[in-house]
Amino acid sequence: MRYMQDNQEGMITAVKAAGEPGRRIRDMGLVPGTEIKVQGRAPLYDPVALRVRGFILTLRNKEADYIEVEVK
Amino acid sequence: MEASIALGGNPNSGKTTLFNELTGARQHVGNYPGVTVEKKEGTCIVSGYRMRITDLPGTYSLTAYSMEEVVARDFLVSETPDLTINIVDASNLERNLYLTIQLLELGVPVCIALNMMDLAKNRGLEISAEKLSELMGVPVVPIIARTGQGKDELIRSAAAAAAEKKKNPPLLISYGQDIDSAMFEMEEEIRRYNFLTDIYPARWVALKYMEKDEQILGKGRSRNQEISGKLEQIVEKVSRHLQRVSDIWPEAVIADYRYGYIRSVLRQGVLKENHDKNRMYLSDNIDRVLTNRFAGPLIMFLILLGLYQFIFTYSETPVGWLESFFGWLNSRVSESLPEGHLKSLIVSGIIDGAGGVLSFVPLIMFMFLGISLLEDSGYLARVAYMLDRVFRVFGLHGSSVMAFIVSGGIAGGCAVPGVMAARTLKSPREQLATLLTAPFMNCGAKMPVFALLIAAFFPNHQGMLMFLLTLISWGGALLVAKLLRMTVIRGESSPFVMELPPYRFPTFKGLAIHTWERTWQYIKKAGTVILAVSVILWAMMTFPGLPDSETAQFHRQRSALLSSVSADIAREAETAGEDSEISEAAQVLKNRLNVIEAEQAEAGLRYSAAGRLGTALERISWLAGFDWRTNIALVGGFAAKEVVVSTLGTAYSLGNVDPEASGSLGEMLVKAPGWSSLTALSLIIFTIFYAPCFVTVVCIAREAGSWKWGAFSMIFNTLLAFTLAVLVFRIGSLIL
Repeated sequence: MRYMQDNQEGMITAVKAAGEPGRRIRDMGLVPGTEIKVQGRAPLYDPVALRVRGFILTLRNKEADYIEVEVK
Repeated sequence: MEASIALGGNPNSGKTTLFNELTGARQHVGNYPGVTVEKKEGTCIVSGYRMRITDLPGTYSLTAYSMEEVVARDFLVSETPDLTINIVDASNLERNLYLTIQLLELGVPVCIALNMMDLAKNRGLEISAEKLSELMGVPVVPIIARTGQGKDELIRSAAAAAAEKKKNPPLLISYGQDIDSAMFEMEEEIRRYNFLTDIYPARWVALKYMEKDEQILGKGRSRNQEISGKLEQIVEKVSRHLQRVSDIWPEAVIADYRYGYIRSVLRQGVLKENHDKNRMYLSDNIDRVLTNRFAGPLIMFLILLGLYQFIFTYSETPVGWLESFFGWLNSRVSESLPEGHLKSLIVSGIIDGAGGVLSFVPLIMFMFLGISLLEDSGYLARVAYMLDRVFRVFGLHGSSVMAFIVSGGIAGGCAVPGVMAARTLKSPREQLATLLTAPFMNCGAKMPVFALLIAAFFPNHQGMLMFLLTLISWGGALLVAKLLRMTVIRGESSPFVMELPPYRFPTFKGLAIHTWERTWQYIKKAGTVILAVSVILWAMMTFPGLPDSETAQFHRQRSALLSSVSADIAREAETAGEDSEISEAAQVLKNRLNVIEAEQAEAGLRYSAAGRLGTALERISWLAGFDWRTNIALVGGFAAKEVVVSTLGTAYSLGNVDPEASGSLGEMLVKAPGWSSLTALSLIIFTIFYAPCFVTVVCIAREAGSWKWGAFSMIFNTLLAFTLAVLVFRIGSLIL
């Protein structure tokens, strides 16, 4: 996910995180099969803002690294 | 009839708005036992039916990872409310129902309040509440919490459902064949031994074991090591299998299936989407500007500066009123009471102490108002988003910036509201680090100390030095935060997975309730402890009083002086008011009498417990260039930093020094032996970093949930400040 461009869309294929980060990511609705779009990035390029299921979610690149995305 | 009702839901789902709407002003704010999570309770009375509503902390899930989630879960299990109203954001149904599913898995009776129906409609979402109710098997009431629409209907449904006292069977959903069969096996074990079934449903225990839930695992192990071990083995087996086959953990599979279940419910006629899901809404367009790479930080700086101006400018007038009220009270009491310890206690101990606390109140109120405004509108989340990268380097969080700025990050703030502002941080380690370092900022009370010393010793570089001090305090705070996060508050940074809620206009009612309840908490808690401490400090600086022989000595000096002049002049000097015109001879006499009085005050201070402490501390403090007078002043500064100035005045026999007009004290210090610009610099550094004033300490202890951290901030900060001051003084002495 880290390498996605602004406004790029894609679908989550896997979330490779266990424990707390994994749970937090899943609690917010980021599970395989979910469509996402990169809404933008913070002024220092981290965290990243995603559009998921009609709302905006931010996560750090570190957490984004757990998420694999198939880019459209 | 009375029913107990819990109100649960996601953050930003309008839960607080609904709670305020249901209970109005009949609220009570406290803490859940043993933790700092806020617990709000209120009552709602409808046609003779009383509902006691408890506002659960906003959570996305019912796992045991955050304090909020544990608290919400424990409340549902141990207090068994008759009904849980689950508020659900209709415009964001899929994710909100994730919590609903978990409530149903737990088997608690639920009534869904489908909020923000208007917003959902605007977004082209068509939602059938009846269908949702039918599929989920619980009542569903569409509402608009902001306008109160649907509230009566909700209350009726809730009352009816609560009166029924129906025990929902826990919701059964399939988590895929592997997990299902393992769960089945575990459930049998659990039922056979009645393992934890007195507290939780059997299937739920199995589910939590499968999710590796720390809290339930802990409880299980302490209940029965053997059965717990058996269950863990089953989990281990299926976990290994899943890892091998599809490289995935059971808890991830469970989450997938929950979302799958929700999706299938929504597809069965609950949700119709007639819109482009990536359409840009107003909120997104605002974000284009407000979080823009270049304009964003600039606008943020202006907004924060504006907030700061707002807090400190508009609170100035009411703070002034309170101060003058206490000044008036002080003089009235002074006039009506006879000289003596009682008067001194009431005037200097109680009124000054209580006044010190209460004069913060308008400041706190404005601060909470400002922060509620930023928080409720959704902007605060953007600030955290933009600044997170910077603060993360130091082990802090994007939201830490509020606490730092309010504490005096822009010189002249106050650490008390600053420490309270750290409440907006949701990750405990980052919050603690913020709490402990925010007091390093240059608050308004440190300013008179700096003003005095800089004007006296560095008259040519005032502006530059003030700016430099701001940089020093920021640098110090961030570096110490890093140090703390690497030592005492070590640990991974909490994941930064945060929602950026759509921008909304805050409701007046919400702002008012929010601001008032926090302010009242401050008055209540801080008021009691602070009063006690200020009385103790007063006692330390008063007792033991000078021995009679010395008092007599000063008395003799006074009589000698009075008898050396004619009786007329003596009378004139003694009866003259502050500003009245008197003859030159009387003026001279009066000045000399004042000198004696000030000398007596100095001797008295030196003789008091605080004075002895100061003298004793001289043995170490000389390393940083401080003598006993400075030491006492710094001890006094623990009450409030500006007291450093007035205490220095007493210690240098100047009588009462007004912190705002300390010019003469400055001249005195420049001439005093043992004072140099280096001593001044060392004292400035010490003042920036040493123990926060006790109002702040009380707040730190409260916010951190333990007096341990209050004590830590006093001891650690003082040691740090002393080390830095010694370094400055010693290295400076070598160079100069």
